[in-house]
Amino acid sequence: MAMRIESIQELEQLRKTLVAKTDPAKARIRICAGTGCRACGSEEVIEAFNKEIAGRGISADVEIKATGCHGFCERGTLIVLYPEGILYQTVKPEDVPEILERTVGGKEIIERLLYVDPVSGERITYEKDIPFYKSQRRSLLGMNPSIDPTEIDDYIALGGYRAAAKALTQMTPEEVIAEVKKSGLRGRGGGGFPTGVKWETCRNAPGDARYVICNADEGDPGAYMDRSLLEGNPHSVLEGMIIGAYAVGANEAYIYVRNEYPLAVENAKRAIEQAGEYGFLGADIFSSAFDLDVRIARGGGAFICGESSALMTSLEGKPGRPRAKYIHTVERGLWEQPTNLNNVETWANVPLIINNGAAWYCRTGTEGSKGTKIFSLVGKINNTGLVEVPMGMPLREIVYGIGGGVPSGKKLKAVQTGGPSGGCLPESLIDLPVDFDQLTKVGSMMGSGGMIIMDENTCMVDVARYFLNFLKDESCGKCLPCREGIKRMLEILNRICEGKGEEGDVELLTEIAHTVQETSLCALGGSAPNPLLTTLRYFGEEYTAHVRDKKCPAGICKDLIIYTIHEDKCTGCGACVKACPNGAISGKKKKPHTIELAKCIKCGICSETCRQEAIAAA
Amino acid sequence: MIHMTINGTEVDAPEEQTILQAARTLGIKIPTLCHHDALSPYGSCRLCIVEIKKRGRSKIVTSCNYPAEKGIEVFTDSEEVLAHRKMLMELLLARCPDVGVVREMARRMGIEKTRFPQAKHDCILCGLCVRVCDERIGASAISFVNRGVDEDVSAPFDISSESCIGCGACVRVCPTGAITMEVVQGFMKINRFKTAKQLHQCPSCKKYCATELHLGWIEDRLGPQSMAAALCTDCKRTRNAQSALMVHALQRKAPVAEGRNGVAG
Repeated sequence: MAMRIESIQELEQLRKTLVAKTDPAKARIRICAGTGCRACGSEEVIEAFNKEIAGRGISADVEIKATGCHGFCERGTLIVLYPEGILYQTVKPEDVPEILERTVGGKEIIERLLYVDPVSGERITYEKDIPFYKSQRRSLLGMNPSIDPTEIDDYIALGGYRAAAKALTQMTPEEVIAEVKKSGLRGRGGGGFPTGVKWETCRNAPGDARYVICNADEGDPGAYMDRSLLEGNPHSVLEGMIIGAYAVGANEAYIYVRNEYPLAVENAKRAIEQAGEYGFLGADIFSSAFDLDVRIARGGGAFICGESSALMTSLEGKPGRPRAKYIHTVERGLWEQPTNLNNVETWANVPLIINNGAAWYCRTGTEGSKGTKIFSLVGKINNTGLVEVPMGMPLREIVYGIGGGVPSGKKLKAVQTGGPSGGCLPESLIDLPVDFDQLTKVGSMMGSGGMIIMDENTCMVDVARYFLNFLKDESCGKCLPCREGIKRMLEILNRICEGKGEEGDVELLTEIAHTVQETSLCALGGSAPNPLLTTLRYFGEEYTAHVRDKKCPAGICKDLIIYTIHEDKCTGCGACVKACPNGAISGKKKKPHTIELAKCIKCGICSETCRQEAIAAA
Repeated sequence: MIHMTINGTEVDAPEEQTILQAARTLGIKIPTLCHHDALSPYGSCRLCIVEIKKRGRSKIVTSCNYPAEKGIEVFTDSEEVLAHRKMLMELLLARCPDVGVVREMARRMGIEKTRFPQAKHDCILCGLCVRVCDERIGASAISFVNRGVDEDVSAPFDISSESCIGCGACVRVCPTGAITMEVVQGFMKINRFKTAKQLHQCPSCKKYCATELHLGWIEDRLGPQSMAAALCTDCKRTRNAQSALMVHALQRKAPVAEGRNGVAG
């Protein structure tokens, strides 16, 4: 059992003791054990390190740590070797003996495991020099590579819980609220509502009890920022919640996390236990007479439960369906009591603000959006991963600077932000500074931070169809416009993609979209038409091509394309003949081949197989 | 009182009153489908949308659950409201083209047919049945199941409900006739919910009246009932009439026979 920490001085004493225990010269290996790297086999790498270190009897000289997500998921398994800060990527268990032998033992660099910059072709040794990391500002994610999320001491050694101690012992709740208001922090879950104002309303609302909730029900396709924060640095989230609960006057808090995030659930649970042992949770925290209990509620996998009122209904044990928020949940939320809900990333920002002050926090970002924002950069991008950038960074720098551009030399077509509620921005908006207001202005939204990159082979009608299909299943079905409207818009889009589009379809789509947008009960419905409306706005000509000309310019909609072999490019190698699953291709050896259209199922495998690029869809 | 205007008319609404209630006091009609005065507002059909103007800004809200608010201007049939309401109605009609109440409402809004492929649902998912069962009966025997386009109302696991008392409140409150009940061999069957409950036989005429559970439910609330409570409505009426006649007859006779307390016949 850990000792109870009663004051900020005791906390500082503990931190010093912990820091003194670590030898700065000792070799420290940090292995990413975030979900992305786990999928690449990082657990086997950790096991190999453990075995190898024990076998060599060097455990006194080398310290290994399984940490949270480092962000550069494209190149997993990632390991960083300190004190030098050498980054090895795509590490496999069989590389482990060599790493210990040559790098740890012999101070030698293993060239093969270094990252190669695709632009310059140079091998880069240190993490800090890699372009993916260089232009990021990792205020929130930065701690991940240094801490074992299952060890509270790692967090404390880096100054963890100092903000909570400061807030509870040296500030009044009103002062905390004033600081957060001054910082300009806005909700990272999607709405972008000013956090301090929300806290203040909650504090002032009449009620018998007050609640604080952390929304970790991240559900946007391709987004995993909250997951990595809660998995990799759960104490930062918890610390934010302690400060927030103190500010609004809540003694009970919940982390609502989706059950499909088992590691996040596990790490959050352990974090709560460990924080309780030090007395950071429970009764009389830091001898301030403030009590707080945090519980975990696991979500059952409904996208709609990320919507605050649906989340609260679900927490109450009822089916997760939203209710009208004409009376805001900060005034009447969970069990009809004032409830303050913030997203994982919002909570993680709070300790930074309290520690460094609002003035420091305000220095990063734009006029209306302060601080940094984590994006999950996915899709057709070279450097898939989690990136944290100052608000206002131009889209170009995120996509090309950090993301390394589009693979295979293809052209960028669109950037989708904000998930199913967001929109698709065309290449022409590549210099847009990314913040809450700019994204809204161009018809998209920040959302929780999903950023999907699309290349020239993407059909934008199909993209709209994809998101509406997702929402058709995820709409709760309570209100008519969302339930029926999405279904009907999807029906029309399906028809258009099948080549059965009719004149007037686009107008009808727009008409339904506006009604769904304006009259839906909650924000899921209210924003559901966004992918459709932004693709219509920026890629209207693709709709025309589908509806009028019955053509899919990107070559995606199967009913609108045929595959043909260019005679002058085909060498008659026969690779496509072997690859075709339906025996639709024939031809004499070394003579141009042909596709029998009646047999072609338009799977596109031939086109992908052909090295001469002789097969194309049109 | 909360002062606001509805369609240009000033109104003072009591606290906690909704826009819909305030509009009705002015005799202004707003169409509703999922609203019932005896149940909590739900806001699912969205037909009661109105436009409100607040600090120079306009937005569309549902009047059934938007509380009266100081200084707002409400427009119940602005151009925008009517356009959205028409689209909502068209979407609903495409869902339930055979439901009389929906067809009639659509017709009144000038919609005879829809631009969408027609479905064949009889339930509009207004939730009145779910709410009456929960809020008024306290049984919570039925609830919404599934999500999105697959949403439906059902008893748990889509099998006969143990909590249902067979009172039929869901049948009465259903605006579309999607829930029906019938007496089959001494049981009250609620077909949609695959539930059947034992009926009580009137001790006098042997006719089936309420379910045993329903009578028990009444007793739970009103305390032990006299034997007469076990009678069916018809027999109760007959019995009441008979005893009234008897009292009447006795009272008529009494003054003549006794001749002293002056009770008039």
